[in-house]
Amino acid sequence: MYINREQALELKLAPINVEVERGRLRLFAKANGETNPVYSDVEAARAAGYPDLPVPPSFLGNAVELDIPDPLSWMSAIGIDTSSTLHGEQSMVYHAMAFAGDNLTLHRRIVDVYTKKGGALEFAVKKTDIMRGDTLVAESYCSIAVLHPEANK
Amino acid sequence: MILENVTVGTELPPLQLEPISRRTLALFAGGSGDHQPVHIDIDVAKARGRGDVIAHGMLSMAYLGRLLTNWIPQERIRSFKARFAAVAPVYGEPRCTGRVVAVENGLATLDLTVALADGTVTVRGEAIVDITPGTEKSCGSPNAAR
Repeated sequence: MYINREQALELKLAPINVEVERGRLRLFAKANGETNPVYSDVEAARAAGYPDLPVPPSFLGNAVELDIPDPLSWMSAIGIDTSSTLHGEQSMVYHAMAFAGDNLTLHRRIVDVYTKKGGALEFAVKKTDIMRGDTLVAESYCSIAVLHPEANK
Repeated sequence: MILENVTVGTELPPLQLEPISRRTLALFAGGSGDHQPVHIDIDVAKARGRGDVIAHGMLSMAYLGRLLTNWIPQERIRSFKARFAAVAPVYGEPRCTGRVVAVENGLATLDLTVALADGTVTVRGEAIVDITPGTEKSCGSPNAAR
């Protein structure tokens, strides 16, 4: 089943409020082998001039919003079977840094739906505006590829 | 790294990773919040026709993030993009490389790559970083950021 583009672009997604937790950032650093203490030791972060542990660059991709209940519901809402998807592309534009302890509000919407390879691949692009109060911290684009093996049969 | 010396062709010090273990994928599931079974549950991976679990694409992007912040303070990164070109398997040994391909108006554009030991490119990325001297902590300082 293909995504209904018009319906997807009009989909309303409620804003999400998240608090960035130090423990989460430490686990993220441990998982990707980060050894720079700025990313796990608050004193090292402060010595580097930061107010707390910095949120690393890729964390604002989707990690910041995946730790909510049912984080992939935006996909099922437009008919995507999450067992037939791949993460196609991820990009972020940064306006400010975020730190542990920040309360962030994530405003999400689907900004594009298109197909490639004669319909064998379909892409849905979700944009998330990451706000701290009135400050835009980052714009994050997540492109999900939906596989349609039936297209070439 | 001396910003004045950054020109087209400048290469970032590469980042060679250890083989991706199942433990790494379990930790990354927790750290990233991505609990999709295809990354951590071999039974589900097999039921979906894969031989084994596969690494999170965002793990490779996190490695590229380390490549960048090893080279330049994070507050200088203006944008960061990754296109996931191929799956990274368990035991894969990612190597992250980066090269400056353009410098204009104090901004350097970097081509980024994650490749496995057999040469398979798993991620092609791009970042734009501010290389203007003297703007350290431009958005990292407590005053500027809050």
